[in-house]
Amino acid sequence: MSQIPGEKPREQEGIPEGLWLRCPECSAMLFAKAVNDALKVCPECQYHFKVPARERIVQLVDEGTFEEKFADVAPLDPLEFVDRKGYGDRLKEYQKKTGALDAVVCGKGFIKGRQIMVAAMDPEFMGGSMGSVVGEKITRTIEMAVDEKLPVLIVSSSGGARMQESTLSLMQMAKTSGALARLDDAGLLFISLLTDPTTGGVTASFAMLGDFIIAEPKALIGFAGPRVIANTIKQTLPEGFQRAEFLQEHGFVDFVVPRKDLRSEIARLVDFCVK
Amino acid sequence: MDNDSSMEGASSASSSGAAGSSSTSGTTSLRHTLAFEVPLANLEKQIQELEELQARKQVDYSSELRQMRENYTALLKKTYDNLNAWETVQVARHPQRPLFFDYVNFLCRDYREIHGDRLFGDDQAIRCGLARMAGQKVMLIGHHKGRDTKEKVRCYFGLAHPEGYRKALRAMKIAEKFGLPVVTLVDTPGAYPGIGAEERGQAESIARNMFEMSRLRTPIVSIVTGEGGSGGALGIAVADRVAMLQYAWYSVISPEACSAILYRGGEGTAQMAEALKLTAKHLKRYGVVDTVIAEPLGGAHRDPAGAAHAVELYLAKMLRDLKRCKIDNLLERRYDRFRQLGEYAESGRRASKVAS
Repeated sequence: MSQIPGEKPREQEGIPEGLWLRCPECSAMLFAKAVNDALKVCPECQYHFKVPARERIVQLVDEGTFEEKFADVAPLDPLEFVDRKGYGDRLKEYQKKTGALDAVVCGKGFIKGRQIMVAAMDPEFMGGSMGSVVGEKITRTIEMAVDEKLPVLIVSSSGGARMQESTLSLMQMAKTSGALARLDDAGLLFISLLTDPTTGGVTASFAMLGDFIIAEPKALIGFAGPRVIANTIKQTLPEGFQRAEFLQEHGFVDFVVPRKDLRSEIARLVDFCVK
Repeated sequence: MDNDSSMEGASSASSSGAAGSSSTSGTTSLRHTLAFEVPLANLEKQIQELEELQARKQVDYSSELRQMRENYTALLKKTYDNLNAWETVQVARHPQRPLFFDYVNFLCRDYREIHGDRLFGDDQAIRCGLARMAGQKVMLIGHHKGRDTKEKVRCYFGLAHPEGYRKALRAMKIAEKFGLPVVTLVDTPGAYPGIGAEERGQAESIARNMFEMSRLRTPIVSIVTGEGGSGGALGIAVADRVAMLQYAWYSVISPEACSAILYRGGEGTAQMAEALKLTAKHLKRYGVVDTVIAEPLGGAHRDPAGAAHAVELYLAKMLRDLKRCKIDNLLERRYDRFRQLGEYAESGRRASKVAS
């Protein structure tokens, strides 16, 4: 239920500005353009790099069809939360670094010609953590889908609820889940796409409520973080624990789908379910 | 269940032989003393010694005693009126704080526990039962931490597994079917973080409960009686009315865990307790809880029956009010209640809705 504060930006996990980068999984030196052309998947080992929200939208949504919604919803510091740094300052830092106001991009668009509401979380903005803004924008996305009778796709990538908004972050779990119940009552489709990592309060709310749940290969998906579990039970965790394939094996993920096939998978589900 | 286990954490057993010899000694010396309560405990000890002296020497110290008791009450009030957030967390975790089954014993005319989620097992950290309480037939659901060591281990100290949340949902569906209102008592450090819990879908079970509770066609009242530990608490706390006992806490993360992440060490715990705004007073301001239920002077652990009575009065009123609402209106308002939580700005203006 936490987000790693990300004191030091982990360059090696993203794609640095340079021409070359190293795959964190297989350590191969890769030509950055080749990785980008492959939707940020390592050509050597198929490691799926984290994808910022806007880039995710570009990858998934038909070119030129995305209409962004609720873009002006911005975070506040309602609790005046200070740890080693003020939350307000942290927000400004991440806003500067990512060029986004908070950790989700929402809108309406088409995927292979099928109209759909999309929300994509941004793993680069405070670990993709969910505070009031993320909860509000996702709720509005779902409500708009109910009003316009559209299916919904939410791309999760988050360490969980944002500590700096404490119980207000927690309440976003109830808020988004309530909105999804209305979508369900309206007979509309919700596809939840889980990417690395999806943990804490995001997993324990909308991420796990999809009519269908798709996960990218090897994505970390869980309620408690692996470190918390290891500390609690004082055991080393089994190989592959909390990875997408593990969740599928235990019945909590429908499909593990490589990034290049996501668009066609989503389109197929829409075709089966949209009346 | 058993009240004898209040022996645990006893500082001294010296007075147990002299039970009944004075008004204060019987219970006080058995009470676990929190760090900030030490001055209170010292004063109590002095009172007790003087009472014993009076009994032994047949001398009248009644005016001194009266004065000391007044001082004690004044100090108790002053201490508890000024608890900081971290002290509040400690009160919420006090070993003698009333637990689920204490409320059952105090408040339920009849309680028939139901068992199992029909899928995997019967979690002992979440209990559900048909109950007659506050003048109504209800489905009572709550976390139970356990009192003695054996029971605590069986209950995982109130940290529920997925089967606990699924049993709770099963109980709520029964309540919906037979028109019983749902009452939930929340008291958990959090949902259990373990391999089995993950394998069986801890996250899914909590998400599913919030999803279904938001549209459950029967009134729901939730009370955070002790610890409101994150998703583990919220998994049974999506309700029409949410209250908190005065010295309970409710937060997205425990102050210890928060400090461990943000400070990579334990030194920031008290500071994080403050920063997380996890007390009832704060959460009322943010609209997270509707009502703060006052505890007896010096906290529920000093007077569990008094605390239970306060809970009963609250429940009686809420259940009566909610029964009068049309269910569709109730669901609309339940949705709006959670819909409006959160604070954000929009096009440069502050568009948040804060409960005043």
